[in-house]
Amino acid sequence: MSTPQERGEFGTQGARPGGGSRERVLARVRAALADVPAREAPEDVAVPRAYTPAHGQGATVDLLVDRLVDYRAHVHRVAPEELAERIGLALAHRRAHRVAAPADAPEEWFARTATTVVRDGGGLDVAELDGMDGVVTGCAVAVAETGTIVLDAGAAQGRRALTLIPDYHLCVVRADQIVDGVPQALPRLDPARPLTWISGPSATSDIELNRVEGVHGPRTLEVVIVE
Amino acid sequence: MSSVSPRSPHSAVPAEAVPAHRSATFVGMPPFPDAARAATRDSQLRHNLRKATHTIRDKRDTVVSELDDWSELRAAGKAIKDRTLRHLDHYLERLEEAVTAAGGTVHWAADAAEANAIVTGLVRATGERDVVKVKSMATQEIELNEALAEAGITAYETDLAELIVQLSEDLPSHILVPAIHRNRAEIREIFRDRMAAWGAPAPDDLSDDPRALAEAARVHLRERFLRTRVAVSGANFAVAETGTLVVLESEGNGRMCLTLPRTLISVVGIEKIVPTWSDLEVFLQLLPRSSTGERMNPYTSTWTGVTPGDGPQEFHLVLLDNGRTDVLADTVGRQALRCIRCSACLNICPVYERAGGHAYGSVYPGPIGAILTPQLRGTASPADAALPYASSLCGACYEVCPVAIDIPEVLVHLREEVTARPGHLGEKAAMGAAGWVLEGERRLGAAQRAASAARGLVPRRLPGPGAAWTDTRDIPEIPEESFRSWWRREGRHGRAETEGPAPGQLRDDPAERAGRGEDGGR
Repeated sequence: MSTPQERGEFGTQGARPGGGSRERVLARVRAALADVPAREAPEDVAVPRAYTPAHGQGATVDLLVDRLVDYRAHVHRVAPEELAERIGLALAHRRAHRVAAPADAPEEWFARTATTVVRDGGGLDVAELDGMDGVVTGCAVAVAETGTIVLDAGAAQGRRALTLIPDYHLCVVRADQIVDGVPQALPRLDPARPLTWISGPSATSDIELNRVEGVHGPRTLEVVIVE
Repeated sequence: MSSVSPRSPHSAVPAEAVPAHRSATFVGMPPFPDAARAATRDSQLRHNLRKATHTIRDKRDTVVSELDDWSELRAAGKAIKDRTLRHLDHYLERLEEAVTAAGGTVHWAADAAEANAIVTGLVRATGERDVVKVKSMATQEIELNEALAEAGITAYETDLAELIVQLSEDLPSHILVPAIHRNRAEIREIFRDRMAAWGAPAPDDLSDDPRALAEAARVHLRERFLRTRVAVSGANFAVAETGTLVVLESEGNGRMCLTLPRTLISVVGIEKIVPTWSDLEVFLQLLPRSSTGERMNPYTSTWTGVTPGDGPQEFHLVLLDNGRTDVLADTVGRQALRCIRCSACLNICPVYERAGGHAYGSVYPGPIGAILTPQLRGTASPADAALPYASSLCGACYEVCPVAIDIPEVLVHLREEVTARPGHLGEKAAMGAAGWVLEGERRLGAAQRAASAARGLVPRRLPGPGAAWTDTRDIPEIPEESFRSWWRREGRHGRAETEGPAPGQLRDDPAERAGRGEDGGR
């Protein structure tokens, strides 16, 4: 096989992704699929979807709590009027002096805390975020069966770096944001937005294939479920 | 290390100073039988592998049995991938369109050299000399790190297991956990001896507690994440309909690389496509449970092009062929492209458990590697021609595969291909010789007598063309006396007569009968 240079696809200035490669790869794909009838459309390949949208493994909120605890997240269930106090207690227990929060997180979340809340509208740089004792956000969706919280950079969530760099993440989940299974979560999410699916604190299974919490992401995840 | 033999026991780290930024290569590895023979003698390696594979098998069993519709999910996963592969040109064009519309740039690479040239050029254009990397099989396959190093660019692996492999100038031995062959004590030694050459050193009092090791990795990479401006990733899935890329990970190193740098370059095999956003509902259930045995992995990131004010502001997608269209062209072997790289087949495989990943001589080890590598690279070399035989065909890999790849079927298909090659000296040669020996009664008798007489002298390996057969098998014990010889001596007058054969069974001398058979007496 000749080198890309020999085929004249790259200039001397370095790699230039050439249209030549595009056409060649597509031509190879089409040649490889000579056995596929020309009249066959993609939808003609049947996809059996006999799987279930959820598995009935328990009451939705109970299930989410069970899964989160299994991942060693800290979980609280509160009534709406208890939320501010719960956030205040959590931040005090964490001995957090300064935490970040998205610019649009509700003011009432922080009505009962002595911790300084630094609002981020995108202006905090990574060093400032690294100096925070934690971050408090909401979420877009939560999946009970898998203990997953999905952030979509929407309301009360902020940009991705905000929930990544601080070592402690307190996430407020409303009961109406919780679905049972993964198939119920996807239709609620907009793929055009950057999504982060979080299932417990940062962890690794790379040492002897045992899960150990705490590598690069937030090492402590605290979840407050409002119902 | 320029060429690497399977690691020797307990020799985790050579004592000499680390020449940074070098890495090992699979090029020049011996064929599977030789490599496996050495590996199976490494008791530390076997212990590490046994412990790890049994741990993960149990975890997978537990979380898979939780879902009563697992077989339906598996059928759907298989069908979605088949739909994609049968219309791959269509979906590639849709993906390109969607990524471009979302502000990304799509590049096409026919082979490894093109992909490496594209990525190198893109990094150079940023003026940066360092890149952080998310674990990616595709970039391992094309040896991107080596290509970048030649251009004076240092690629820092950030996945914990990849970091262990990179620091120790080792080779990956597992798809999901490249350092599965290392235990905690070996990892501590590697961190203590090698981290300083690559960045922040490990603490002096580092213990082998996995938590302490994870903390050391966090400290070692923290500054690197916060300041590096270019990242290179792969992707688990690319959604054609929306242009969305998906990365599943555990540690947060993926999120760091996908979020903090200004420029993100993703190298993705053309088979990674799924047609629609909702198709992910199948794979986000199949993959975590099959790979790490978790209901869900800690972090999954999805992104579509660029998002102003959030994450990288420049995104490049490099679509990689590098032999995949050759796999696609084989209507039996094509199913290997359904693979979602979960590694369940490695974890269940009795051959992998004993031989380890390095013996397969490829970034894709285990059962899936035994069918993928020879298809991607061809079967011309002895190492690649040996891979379809690196299996007992027990079928456990097929049972656990979340997209129902019939690995034994493809193995047998590839064996046919290997034996059909001109000049193949394996079983074809052995069978040819066997045919000649079995053809004539006298020749067989003579051969058996010769074998019995020489049984104390038989080497463990056969010489000449027979060597290929004994590469993968031990020579069976040769009996003192052949059945035919025993029958001739005892058959008529001994026990056989007193017990008497059943009516219709052999009554004449079987030796004479054989001599009159269709194939004999010539």
